[in-house]
Amino acid sequence: MSTKTVDLASKTQIDSRKIMTKNSSKSILSVQSLNLWHGKQQTLKNIHLNIPEKGITVLLGPSGCGKTTLLKTFNRLTDIYPDIRTEGAVLFKGQDILNKKTDVYSLRQQMGLLSQRPHPLPGSIADNIRYALKLKGISNKTEQNHRIEFFLQKVALWEEVKDRLKSSSGSLSIGQQQRLCLARGLAIEPKVILADEPTSALDPISSRKIEEQFKELSQEYSIVLVTHILRQAKRLADYVAFMYFGEIIEQGLPGELFENPQTDTLKEYLSVGH
Amino acid sequence: MRINKYQTENIVKIVLGIVTLLIVVVLFSIIAGIFIKGIPALSWDIVSQIPKGGYYFGKEGGILNAIIGSLYLAVGASLIACIISIPVALFIHTYLFQFPKIQKRIRLWLDVLWGVPPIVYGAFGFNLMLLMGWPTSLLAAIITVSLLISPVMIRAMDETLQHVSKDLFESALSLGFYKGEIGFRFLFKQAIPGITTAFLMALGKGIGDTASVLFTAGYTDYIPESLTEPAATLPLAVFFQLSSPIPEVKARAYAAATVLTIIILVISISSRIISKKLSKNRTT
Repeated sequence: MSTKTVDLASKTQIDSRKIMTKNSSKSILSVQSLNLWHGKQQTLKNIHLNIPEKGITVLLGPSGCGKTTLLKTFNRLTDIYPDIRTEGAVLFKGQDILNKKTDVYSLRQQMGLLSQRPHPLPGSIADNIRYALKLKGISNKTEQNHRIEFFLQKVALWEEVKDRLKSSSGSLSIGQQQRLCLARGLAIEPKVILADEPTSALDPISSRKIEEQFKELSQEYSIVLVTHILRQAKRLADYVAFMYFGEIIEQGLPGELFENPQTDTLKEYLSVGH
Repeated sequence: MRINKYQTENIVKIVLGIVTLLIVVVLFSIIAGIFIKGIPALSWDIVSQIPKGGYYFGKEGGILNAIIGSLYLAVGASLIACIISIPVALFIHTYLFQFPKIQKRIRLWLDVLWGVPPIVYGAFGFNLMLLMGWPTSLLAAIITVSLLISPVMIRAMDETLQHVSKDLFESALSLGFYKGEIGFRFLFKQAIPGITTAFLMALGKGIGDTASVLFTAGYTDYIPESLTEPAATLPLAVFFQLSSPIPEVKARAYAAATVLTIIILVISISSRIISKKLSKNRTT
């Protein structure tokens, strides 16, 4: 069945460069002819994508289609896997971030990453935000405490933790940990938030909270959200790219893409997706 | 006659049970043997005095020189091994994170070093002493034993760090920390329980090893006052006294062995307690 689907996909694939014109708003990240190999296996094929400034861009697609890999090229986490090779360009502020001369440490501070499972760093709840503040060069204690409160409020965690800021971050529930990680990510003042299926380990209530945060944050930040959950994409997306076997099969505004899919692959995904 | 599954299960259970029981009995009898022979010879004088004139002919004195010598040696060697091992273990898990093949080769090499008999380390230490023109001394023994226990310590730390999630490393990298910073700030903190266990394990191995100090530490009836003086150790105190034809001296060998066993037991038990306590305070 999968072979048939691939055939259909390749027959009906729409040139993503044409589709890009639909996305007329100013873009913060521009992916151009990106190809990526994992050893001999090609994981990303000829990706063209403009991530709009502000708002939520959803990378939608089944598991293993290359969404997370694409996301990790944006903050060069792909560097830590020696068998990964890339071609093409990802432009951020006019600079190709795949260029070897790019300062990856400053790049990563501009691309806050929220991973599938929360990973608080060793230390207390406050320490986790403090690490990020120190990275930004904020060493004044009063200023740090002020900002810790500000960012915890921003992710609606302040009321829940204000009396136990010195407790271990491991004592929080997994949903709270994810919001703490989001606050930590915001504290480094990124331009883009990269979110890799951030609700996949969470219960429905915690997931809803994260989604609400994203909706609010999308007014200020450019968010790239990887998900395979169709309903989540429909709830959150301002722009959607549908990926399949390492390619972007379709991309566009959610209304058009979900109401009027052009390819059989996306039609099938929309009919069986949840 | 066909044996059904229940009968096979019972036979396997009985065979495995007998083998386990035999091993436990044998190991327990070794400890019991030492204690039975050692405790009667143990006295406050034995553990609080250094050998006096005629001690090796069964007269007054004790093995305080060997107890203190062993503690100096084991603590010194473990501290040096720790200083060597922490950077190596952190390097494997940060800068070599993306090179699993190199990591595997280093682990194999460390396992080989772990398996090298201590007498070889002793011979190495002895040659090093000759080369540097050092006499048999506490320092030479500390260096030799630290080399002997470093592979164990690095591997123990390495095992702990393998349990620290790779995602923690990615998370910290994506915040903009550089790898060395992640190693010392976060991986090290997460691995403290394991590092403590590794330290105490190495301390136990260091205090009990005889062959590596045979050529390097020398032996003396006095407590060393500097690193360049020779030092007595408990394993050698057991060895020398056990080869004596005088029954009183032989009994004191068992007393020394009892003291050594108690020290190792205390180290092992406290390493478990400390590691358990520290694990509770860990984040994730």
